[in-house]
Amino acid sequence: MHIVVCIKQVPDSAQIRVHPVTNTIMRQGVPTIINPYDLFALEEALQVRNRYGGEVTVLTMGPPMAEQALRKALTHGADRAVLLTDRHFAGSDTLATSYALSQAVAKIGESYGAPDIVFTGKQTIDGDTAQVGPGIAKRLNLQQLTYVTKIVSIDPTSRELMVERHAESGTQMLKSTLPCLITVLEGVNAIRRGSLDDAFRAARSPVLKWGAADAGIGELTKCGLRGSPTVVKRVFAPGPRAEKAMQMDINDKTLAEVAADTVAAIFAREPVLERKLTSHGDR
Amino acid sequence: MVARKNETPANAVGRASSGKKLLKCFEDHRHVWVFMELERGKVHPVSIELLGEGRRLADKLGVQLAGVILGSSEGVGTKPAIEEAFAYGADIAYLVESPLLANYRNEPFTKALTDLVTTHKPEILLLGATTLGRDLAGAVATTLQTGLTADCTELDVDGDGSLAATRPTFGGSLLCTIYTLNSRPQMATVRSRVMATPQRADKPIGRVIQHELTMVEEAIVTKVLAFLCNDGSEQSNLANSDIVVGGGLGLGAAGNLQHLRNLATTIGGGVGCSRPLVQKGWMPADRQIGQSGHTIRPKLYIAAGISGAVQHRVGVEGADLIVAINLDQKAPIFDFAHIGVVACALEFLPALTEAFARRMPPHNSIKGMDRGRLDDQE
Repeated sequence: MHIVVCIKQVPDSAQIRVHPVTNTIMRQGVPTIINPYDLFALEEALQVRNRYGGEVTVLTMGPPMAEQALRKALTHGADRAVLLTDRHFAGSDTLATSYALSQAVAKIGESYGAPDIVFTGKQTIDGDTAQVGPGIAKRLNLQQLTYVTKIVSIDPTSRELMVERHAESGTQMLKSTLPCLITVLEGVNAIRRGSLDDAFRAARSPVLKWGAADAGIGELTKCGLRGSPTVVKRVFAPGPRAEKAMQMDINDKTLAEVAADTVAAIFAREPVLERKLTSHGDR
Repeated sequence: MVARKNETPANAVGRASSGKKLLKCFEDHRHVWVFMELERGKVHPVSIELLGEGRRLADKLGVQLAGVILGSSEGVGTKPAIEEAFAYGADIAYLVESPLLANYRNEPFTKALTDLVTTHKPEILLLGATTLGRDLAGAVATTLQTGLTADCTELDVDGDGSLAATRPTFGGSLLCTIYTLNSRPQMATVRSRVMATPQRADKPIGRVIQHELTMVEEAIVTKVLAFLCNDGSEQSNLANSDIVVGGGLGLGAAGNLQHLRNLATTIGGGVGCSRPLVQKGWMPADRQIGQSGHTIRPKLYIAAGISGAVQHRVGVEGADLIVAINLDQKAPIFDFAHIGVVACALEFLPALTEAFARRMPPHNSIKGMDRGRLDDQE
C-alpha cells in the first residue's frame, strides 16, 4: 500500500503577536510547527502502513524552510519526504494550492507507485479553510472522505474500505473504495514518538526538493497568485466598537461593592434577564 | 458587524482597482443563492441565517434570492424546506429531488449543485460552514474552478457589485477581506450563529424550479451503511445558552476554573473558554469559544481573564451584552465589551457570584452559593 500524507508548516499560533501600533503580524522569531491537525493524519497513515504494509510519503508545499517539517515527519516514521518549492507557487490560494499538490501527488504516484490513500488534516491552524483536501480529491478523482474518525477496515484485495465519518448530528458509517482521500479529525489517535531508529534514519534520508517542472506542472498560469481566483484586498485589526465599554468604577471600592454595581449594570441593560434570574418561579 | 478603525471607501477596493476585468463568460451570472442544508428533512439553522444575509446582499445588488434544496421525497420530503426558503425571504427555490440525495454523500451532492450552478449561473453562492457544507463547498468550488472563502464573519457588496468576504486570518489574530475577481460564482461559507436569524413571515410558496439528477446509484462509489445519531449528552449546550461565562489565561491555573463554574451554576449559564485553555489541556475542545470553536449569541456573556484576540472576538460579538473582567486595562476585549471591570478575574469571580446570589431568591441560588463559599479561597 502506498500512502501520501500532505502536511503544512505553520507558525505556532500561540506565539503570534500583532504589533500594537501598526496592526501587522510580527513574524520575527515565531517558531514553526507541523500543523497540529496534520499529525493525526500522519499517525493514521503510519498505523495503516503498519497494519497493511507499504510506504508512507509525506508531501508539503512551502518555502525551503518547510524542509524542517518534513524532517520531523520522517522522525515520526515516514519513509519518504517531498518538498514542493518554487517561486511560482507564491501567493497561492486554496484552489492553486490544491492544483500544485495534486500534480505532485500524481508525480509521486508515477515515481513510487500510485497512492492508495492520500491523507490530510481536517484543516490548518493558520488558514482554517478545510478546502485543500477536497480540492486534491476532486482533481485526482479520489473518493473524498472528510472528518474521518475511524478507519474500520481496509480490504487490500477487493480494495474496499469502511470508515466512520463525523457529521453534523451524528456519525456516518461509509463504505468506499481505494483510491481515496481521507481528512482525519483531531484527537482520534495518539501521536507516536518516533523511535531512535527513525531519528537516525531521518537524519540520513534526503528530502526530495521539487520545483514546478520536477512535479510535472506545465500550466504555470494555474499556480501561485496567477492561478488564484481569490485575492486578499485588505488585512486589518478590528477597531473598537463604536459604543465605548462602560468601565465599572473601582476606585475606593471593595470587590463586593464593584460586583454589586456590575450586577446592577447588567440587570439595567438586560431587564428580561433580571426578571428571569430574580423571579421566584421556576427557572 | 465589526466596527473598523479606518473604513476604506468601497470604491477604493474591488475589481476596478485590481485592473482585472471580469471575463465575458461570467457577465451573465446573476442572483444570490443559499444552499439549504437538511438534517432528515429539517433545515439547519445556519441556512436560515444565510437566507437573512443573502436577502440583504440580493437587495443591495437589486437581484433575486434563491434557496437551493437537494433532497429526497422520502420521509418528510423537501416541501417543508421549500416553505422555509420562502418564509425567510427567498424569491425562487431550486429543487433537485432524488432518492440518491436522501443521505449526504459528496458525489451526488457535488454533481447536483454543480449542474444547477452551470445551468442557472448565480453570482454568489453561500453555504453553512458545517461538516457537510465544507465538504460540499470545497468539491464544488474545485469543480467550477472558482474562489471560495471559508468561515466568513462579514459579507458585503462592493461598489462594483463584487462580494467582499471578511474572515479572520493569521490564526485569528487579524481580519482580512477577500474578493473573487475573475470567476463566478463567488462562493463563501459562514459558520453557524455568526449571522442573526431573520424574521419569519409565512408566505405562499413561490416559483420552484426543479431539476433532475442525472446520475444512477451504481455510479456512486461511496455508500452510507448507517447513521448513528448523537445522543446529545456529548453536545455542549454552549451554542444555545442564554448565559455563557468564559475563562481565559487570566485565571492562572486549571484549578481556578472552579470559580468560573460556580458563577455559571449560580446564574444558570454554560461554561466556555478561549483557545489557549484548550491548547493547555485545561478544558476540552468542545468548550472552546471563537473562530475555531463555538460561535455564541447569548443574552449575556461574561469573559473572565480573556484578552480578546480577534479569533475569540468573532465568536462572541453576537452576544447582546458582553461583560469583560481583565486586569490589563489595555486588553483588546475592552474594545468590544459593553461593560468592563478592570480587576483580577480570579478575585472578582467569587465576588460577582456572591453579588448575583444576593439578588436571586434562595431556592434558585443556594446550590451555587454553597459551592461558591466552599471553594472561595480568597
